[in-house]
Amino acid sequence: MENPYLPYPVRIEDITVETEDRNLKTFKFVFLNPEDEVKFSYTPGQFAELSIAGKGEIPIGIASSPTEKGFVCFTVNKVGLVSSHLHNMKKGDLMGIRGPLGNWYPWDQMEGKNVVIVGGGFAFTTLRSSIIYMLHPENRPKFKDITVVYGARSPGMLLYKEELAQWEQRKDINMHITVDSTNDPKWKYNVGFVPAITEKKIASAEDAIAIVCGPPIMIKFTQPVLEKLGFSPERIILSLEMRMKCGIGICGRCNIGDKYVCKDGPVFSLAQLKTMPPEY
Amino acid sequence: MLFTKDDWGKALEELRKSTRILVPVKEGDLHTFQPLAEKGIPDWNYQNTRMSPKALVYPQSERMFEYSLGEGDANAHVLKESSKEYKPQAVVGIRPCDAHAFQIVKLNFDNPEFKDPWWVKRHDSTTFVGLGCNEPCSTCFCTSVGGGPFGKKGLDVILHDLGSRFLATSLTAKGEGFLAGLKGGQKAGEKDIAEAQEMEEWAGQKISGKIPTRQLKDKVVNQLFNAPFWEEVAFSCINCGTCTFLCPTCWCFDIQDEVLGKEGDRIRNWDSCMFPLFTLHGSGHNPRDKKTQRVRQRFMHKLKYYVDKYGNGVQCSGCGRCVRYCPVNIDIRQVCELMNNY
Repeated sequence: MENPYLPYPVRIEDITVETEDRNLKTFKFVFLNPEDEVKFSYTPGQFAELSIAGKGEIPIGIASSPTEKGFVCFTVNKVGLVSSHLHNMKKGDLMGIRGPLGNWYPWDQMEGKNVVIVGGGFAFTTLRSSIIYMLHPENRPKFKDITVVYGARSPGMLLYKEELAQWEQRKDINMHITVDSTNDPKWKYNVGFVPAITEKKIASAEDAIAIVCGPPIMIKFTQPVLEKLGFSPERIILSLEMRMKCGIGICGRCNIGDKYVCKDGPVFSLAQLKTMPPEY
Repeated sequence: MLFTKDDWGKALEELRKSTRILVPVKEGDLHTFQPLAEKGIPDWNYQNTRMSPKALVYPQSERMFEYSLGEGDANAHVLKESSKEYKPQAVVGIRPCDAHAFQIVKLNFDNPEFKDPWWVKRHDSTTFVGLGCNEPCSTCFCTSVGGGPFGKKGLDVILHDLGSRFLATSLTAKGEGFLAGLKGGQKAGEKDIAEAQEMEEWAGQKISGKIPTRQLKDKVVNQLFNAPFWEEVAFSCINCGTCTFLCPTCWCFDIQDEVLGKEGDRIRNWDSCMFPLFTLHGSGHNPRDKKTQRVRQRFMHKLKYYVDKYGNGVQCSGCGRCVRYCPVNIDIRQVCELMNNY
């Protein structure tokens, strides 16, 4: 019997400080046993439990794309016991990864459609995975226009700055980067909250699916904007967070109604969420 | 098979050499399941254990993995499954409600996508020998939730207490094997079987608690969730967690790492939806930070979410422990009626 609680051993290959407050770091992991990388076959939108012996586990969205081979990446905010310990770890240290867990963005529905991605703050991780995945030459023809609205509090709080700059140069993706405010005179992108920029930059909901990831306040104000643009609740896709332990729908804590966010989610359509108790 | 109680005791004593036998033993004022031993004298006249016997398959605290944090050690920081024995065991004298509870809980631990290896292995290595209830308690309501004082769900063997004798009937292949390993039994006569039948009917009639559950599955989940009665139901609750602790169908657990020196274990412990920490996010946000939300979660999970998810009735076997031991007299039977009739 396979033990679903047993993490795969991994080594920290690289650590990147992402934000100016140094609270967000991206960890690049390599599997100790190459066959584990094959077993850890994932789809953008899924998450995994990062496991540190002696500390515990944390559920974190997978920031790398399955098109990137040989490693997996996670961007972690420093908040609690495990994430604080992780932030103090070094290249070469050993830990574990358990997964992939949960469902993913509805890639089969998104094929042949326009894709609108709306992200805020550090919830951009599985969206980065999705963008890399869609821009891969093998996958790009499967999607029509790809439009991204991504905002952070300030320029220094944006994740993946180098990649954002590269995507800005490309013709096959429409980037709308924004910050809540800045006094940087060289800032050449948007200034304003994500919902406002979404309203300004997204022309139509025609043949489009929107994926929204961000803090609750951003989601709350983006939802009516998307609905006004004509996105039906079935075509607004959200990814939820919840305190988790087992990650496989057994330990009982991350439920919303009869759904477990860890197993039946974390990805839900707004239409689904409207039929579930508003307890998240 | 028919056994005199004397012969039954001797047969178990003999079987103890090859199988771990757990029996109800009186300790102080309470009964618990203990390994049958020279001193562990079974009390077949007990009503029920205060704690549910869920721990026999699902310990309150259980090692999952072990690891070394010693930097020089090979495999330092790599988790290894803790070694465990899964010797065959038989729980003899378990009440039918508590055996039914294992069947209810199985859908969670042993599902098509994921199997909890520890629960499944221990469950598979356990034979459940039930003792039907000649004298149900006043708080029992097993007949309302798909069971009965002689209910067979989750059991491998059922015993009828006929005064000086036990009638033992096997219900599964596992049960047949168990009875085949017991010496000293005789074939039951028609008269004995008729007596047992009569006993069953009589006990069934003695269960006074009747709660309606039939309409729960047809209710709209958000209507029940937003029903006006939750504040009143939860008003007296002190979130002590006694109900979830004693409940044979409450299965939630926490996972923690414990370290001593350079050696550590990953352990799982029973947890409870009554506690705010159960759902507290790292960010400080808590979707169930108020006690009313937690009380609602407990009842909605047992009486609506489980019903909708599995189509297997309610997540309750009617043992009545939460009714008996709730310090502020919250009664699941009343809450179920409120929900069913809303």
